[in-house]
Amino acid sequence: MAIATRSKERARRSVPTSLIPGSSRNAFWLYLLPGLALLTLIIVVPLLWNVYLTFTSYRGIRPPEFIGLDNWVELFGDTTFWTSFRNSVAMIIAMVVVPTVVGLVLAAMLFDLIGRKFGGRMASFLRATYYLPQILPGVIAAIVIGWILRPENGALNQVLAAVGLGGLQGNWLGSPDTALPSIMVIMVWVQLGYPVVIFMAALQRVDPELYEAAELDGANWFQRFRAITVSIIRPEIFVVTLTRAIAALKVFGPVYALTGGGPGTSTIVPAYYAYSEFFQSQQVGYGATIATALTAVIAVVSIIFVLVQTRLERSEEAR
Amino acid sequence: MAITDTPAGSTAREALKEPPRKRPRGGRARKTAGDWLILGIAVLIGLLIAVPFLLILANSFKSPTDYATGGPLSLPSSLYFDGITAFWERVDFPQKLWNSFFISSVVAVLAVGISMFNAFALGIGRVRGRTWLVLLILLANMLPQEVLLYPLYFMFRAVGLYDNVWAVIIIFTVIQSAFGTYLLASVYGTFPKELLEAASLDGANRWQILWRVVFPISRPTLSVLLIFFFIWTWNEFLIPLTFLVGNDNQTVPVAITVLQGDRLMDVTTTSASALLGLLPTLIFFLIFQRTLTRGITAGAVK
Repeated sequence: MAIATRSKERARRSVPTSLIPGSSRNAFWLYLLPGLALLTLIIVVPLLWNVYLTFTSYRGIRPPEFIGLDNWVELFGDTTFWTSFRNSVAMIIAMVVVPTVVGLVLAAMLFDLIGRKFGGRMASFLRATYYLPQILPGVIAAIVIGWILRPENGALNQVLAAVGLGGLQGNWLGSPDTALPSIMVIMVWVQLGYPVVIFMAALQRVDPELYEAAELDGANWFQRFRAITVSIIRPEIFVVTLTRAIAALKVFGPVYALTGGGPGTSTIVPAYYAYSEFFQSQQVGYGATIATALTAVIAVVSIIFVLVQTRLERSEEAR
Repeated sequence: MAITDTPAGSTAREALKEPPRKRPRGGRARKTAGDWLILGIAVLIGLLIAVPFLLILANSFKSPTDYATGGPLSLPSSLYFDGITAFWERVDFPQKLWNSFFISSVVAVLAVGISMFNAFALGIGRVRGRTWLVLLILLANMLPQEVLLYPLYFMFRAVGLYDNVWAVIIIFTVIQSAFGTYLLASVYGTFPKELLEAASLDGANRWQILWRVVFPISRPTLSVLLIFFFIWTWNEFLIPLTFLVGNDNQTVPVAITVLQGDRLMDVTTTSASALLGLLPTLIFFLIFQRTLTRGITAGAVK
């Protein structure tokens, strides 16, 4: 039976149609119209305008002056620009890698172990707690964190003194050695709840019988986690990884509010560097070049990601 | 094989209106020492995450002298509300609250609508080149927001929408619906075909199928998106700061940040402002917590 259905499926797929029988695919363009019109106006036009500005010298007042590739040449030799991308890698670790991996384990732990043995209420309470930083407006988080980390009478230094570790006190955001790691810890704190919520929602799809069967077969927790949990919620893992990777590459708020890229350039990120060129140095042309380069990097990452995802989905369907 | 059978199985069960099997409450709970250890770790992580919130709470109700003597870690020696009222009055908090609420609600509704239309065409309509269209729409999400500031400033000035909440509403409708389209399109891509076929046999046209079949079935996913969009828009900063310069149009996060520059702000007032700034989204989150549990892709499966 399975084989018959499958070949029928394949036959149906080879003729591209909509999922609604008798509806041609082209008729659906109407539904894309409002979305695409707004997108063109708000996103595509400003983006093209920015690309144009990268070939100009523009200080915001007199009309842009065409200078060819000068901005791009300058960009490739600009050490601050490369430093900002190195810091992006740190942001990806803090905003994508750690939260996704830890979030996956936490979600499975809450759903599979704590939810089953200590009740669903305990699991939802813990999940809500993990999600708390996500609902805190970023700038308010920054104000509070800045106040916890500040060198004189900040809460963290006071705690360290109270437990006899006074020697570890530091100017957390003010010294080049600790500023970036501090921001990374803050970003893990902010991001962790997002994958936990999404993964736990996805886990609702898992049939509990699967776990029971696997348990009876003698699979341990980690084996069940890998074989059942990860494979079923893979679509959500993709969504979380891609959206957070984009967020990490264009991270701006926390850097703006906590360190302003400093001390020196130790915490500068591309989006903040572009912003400072746009609005502090008034080098709009150069700011546009940084922003366009950043957009290109994000676009390439996203395209690779979506293509891999599509291919995996298709091979899954074909299986 | 067993895994791929699951969705169909649960659909069937749903259709038969068979109540989900309840496990016996106490019987399964054979808790080992290891289970308690894991619970302990999970609670400890929760506590660490909550510490900054507890600090905000403790310091919002302290007088400045109380703070000076006890430091940030002590509990308030007596409840002191002047910090909160001072902040409330100085920024005209109810008005900022209304601005944020209005902008975030309108954006959430409009963005969910646009996401649904887009995803209907991409996921169910399967229009040609849909992978690339999804990527094009995702551009709204990929673009660093600084890119938008100069061009949109000129555009909105030209049409008289500068310093108008509708400028911010339009911008965020586009940005949020990019994520919504990406997510919903893949959810709709796996929409149960039988339902669509049945509806079209009954003579429903595309518009009717969208509203009578697709919309109700994907409602759990749509409500999750609605909540995300509301909270995300509420928390936005750079674009509201740039496009809402007038005091009367400011949102809560902008008002709080603008006040930070004020020399007269002491630590306890800062803390009080943070408390007031996070309360609205916290309340919103607690009200709609249950919706989140129902699952982001629930619509695809059930």
